[in-house]
Amino acid sequence: MRVALFITCFNDTLFPGTGRAVVELLERLGVEVEFPEAQTCCGQLHTNSGYAGDGDALVERFKRVFADNETVVSPSASCVAHLRGHGVEGVLELTEFLVDVLGVEDVGASYPHRVVYHSTCHSLRLLKIGDRPLRLLRAVRGIDLVELEGAGECCGFGGVFSVKNADTSMAMLSDKLRHVLDTGAEVCTSADNSCLMNIGGALRRQRTGVRTVHIAEVLAATE
Amino acid sequence: MSFPAAAREALADSQLRRNLGHATATIRAKREHAVGEVEDWEALRDAGSAIKARVMATLPEQLERLEAAVTAAGGIVHWARDAAEANGIVADVAREHGARQVIKVKSLATDEIELNDALAGQGIEAIETDLAELINQLGHETSSHILVPAIHKNRAEIRALFERTIAQGEHLGWEATAIAEAARRHLREKFLTVPMAVSGANFAIAETGTICVVESEGNGRMCTTLPDVLVTVMGIEKILPEWRDLEVFLQLLPRSSTAERMNPYTSLWTGVREGDGPREFHLVLLDNGRTDVLADEVGRQALHCIRCSACLNVCPVYTRTGGHAYESVYPGPIGAILTPQLRGLDQAPTLPWASSLCGACYEVCPVKIDIPSVLIHLRARVVEEHKRRVSPEALAMAAMGRVFGSQQRYERAQKLKRLGRGPIANAALPGWSAMRDLPQVPAETFREWWRSRTPPPGRDPGP
Repeated sequence: MRVALFITCFNDTLFPGTGRAVVELLERLGVEVEFPEAQTCCGQLHTNSGYAGDGDALVERFKRVFADNETVVSPSASCVAHLRGHGVEGVLELTEFLVDVLGVEDVGASYPHRVVYHSTCHSLRLLKIGDRPLRLLRAVRGIDLVELEGAGECCGFGGVFSVKNADTSMAMLSDKLRHVLDTGAEVCTSADNSCLMNIGGALRRQRTGVRTVHIAEVLAATE
Repeated sequence: MSFPAAAREALADSQLRRNLGHATATIRAKREHAVGEVEDWEALRDAGSAIKARVMATLPEQLERLEAAVTAAGGIVHWARDAAEANGIVADVAREHGARQVIKVKSLATDEIELNDALAGQGIEAIETDLAELINQLGHETSSHILVPAIHKNRAEIRALFERTIAQGEHLGWEATAIAEAARRHLREKFLTVPMAVSGANFAIAETGTICVVESEGNGRMCTTLPDVLVTVMGIEKILPEWRDLEVFLQLLPRSSTAERMNPYTSLWTGVREGDGPREFHLVLLDNGRTDVLADEVGRQALHCIRCSACLNVCPVYTRTGGHAYESVYPGPIGAILTPQLRGLDQAPTLPWASSLCGACYEVCPVKIDIPSVLIHLRARVVEEHKRRVSPEALAMAAMGRVFGSQQRYERAQKLKRLGRGPIANAALPGWSAMRDLPQVPAETFREWWRSRTPPPGRDPGP
């Protein structure tokens, strides 16, 4: 099995560890990974900010870059949802690929920590990946997976929303933090680093000692 | 005021946050239960959406059918291009009958055109008979929720307001029934003496000329049956082609709205009937910007709205800011797409951004209005209209568009860490740094690591 990795501009630049984890995990599962280096951004930032022309051009660019790849895997539910919403086929979010294509739930990971999973809005309501991430996490050895109250509610990121409506965004984030802290988890994980940057940025600011880790990094971890 | 500024004020009101949080959480849970009971809920949503799409595609024809049917049943149909025309028609009817007071059924259309103020200007007093509308009227406040207009108020605040006004100093105690009784006594006298009523419409059936109002309190039934004259003001999008279409909407609306299997009162009337109900019936068909909305192929689905308010109750923005921050009778997600379209984008340019695009609204909408997509569409329209104005945001977006357009420029920008600490991060800084630390920009990008590791372990590097 051979897949192309769409790392996303955001992860490429700010969260390279997630990309390394995806490669490590997929190769461990016998998947051959290639990385078309011409890739940049899916266009979501532009589209959602009202710059539809630029956004569409980047979707078209994505299609050209990945034209020869039957299956593209990406560790960002949000970017995958954007591409799918613009009619791009064959792009799968990481947990979709693992559960639906590879048919695995136990990826042989070990992660002896108390973990809470934040189901992002776009993974939940646009991609509808349901409990796939939770099924993968439950199979991880040593993990103490705890439930998050108000799990389906937005963390307040929303890209430009967190900038243009900073106060409302903060009010939403405050509630999300409270729920995360109530679980006593040491790690908050999710299928999108953008939400984790939002939640994690506040967790760090408050010196809570709780860290955010992309689900790929949890699943890549071994003893 | 812009939405962010209005929201900032609302967010600081701890009583409002408490009242809203409690009320919306309760109704959210109830709705989920009421909807969960219906096995073919998704099919019903599809049907509702399809019927509304048909209405929009054939609106002129449906309106003419409605006009003919209402007229044939003895009603009088008026066409109003805007708020001023509609208000003028209602005032004229009141004057013809010498009515100095009119009683009102809860109606968003009449709130939209500010009918009460317009009538007051002509010396006619409009009396709200819906409990929550009455609370707002007595408190000189505007509605903050489509279904529960006084959701921002709790019982103690309402009791104090009633004691000060309609109960004339009488102590009402803490029981909800005792507080409501004060309103009941006040309103009963109005129902029996005021000669004219004004209502909105939930649905109007083109086939039969029947108007439908659904409600919980029975005040609507009083208003539509007791006075001699009844005037209904309805937005032209409220039409349903056939009588049988009601079957779909009378299931969708109550469960989405009040989370009830069936609402307590459903009033249906067709023109006038000798010896039964009002002796004169007027129907005012209101445009007030709706045909402009209809002209936008993406935005027009906002006209499918049946005013259930399910989207408000699940919205993470609305449930924190409340309705007043939207500065419209249509708050919440539906308001964010409806208000800018009805009034013109330049009148409410910040509303399309009053959403994190979380999609909760779309998920619960009984007629499947894709609110997030319309929001994105309206953002693009706002940006397009402001194109000639140079802004730091537009410059940053243009720069990033160029950067993302080429691998070479992208990688150069990464090296300069412009993507991480560049224009976006800087623009974001005030909002972000108030509550969050920005992530450290790592020394090595993913692609740099990828290049350093090729050929990957296990793969034969070849000869």
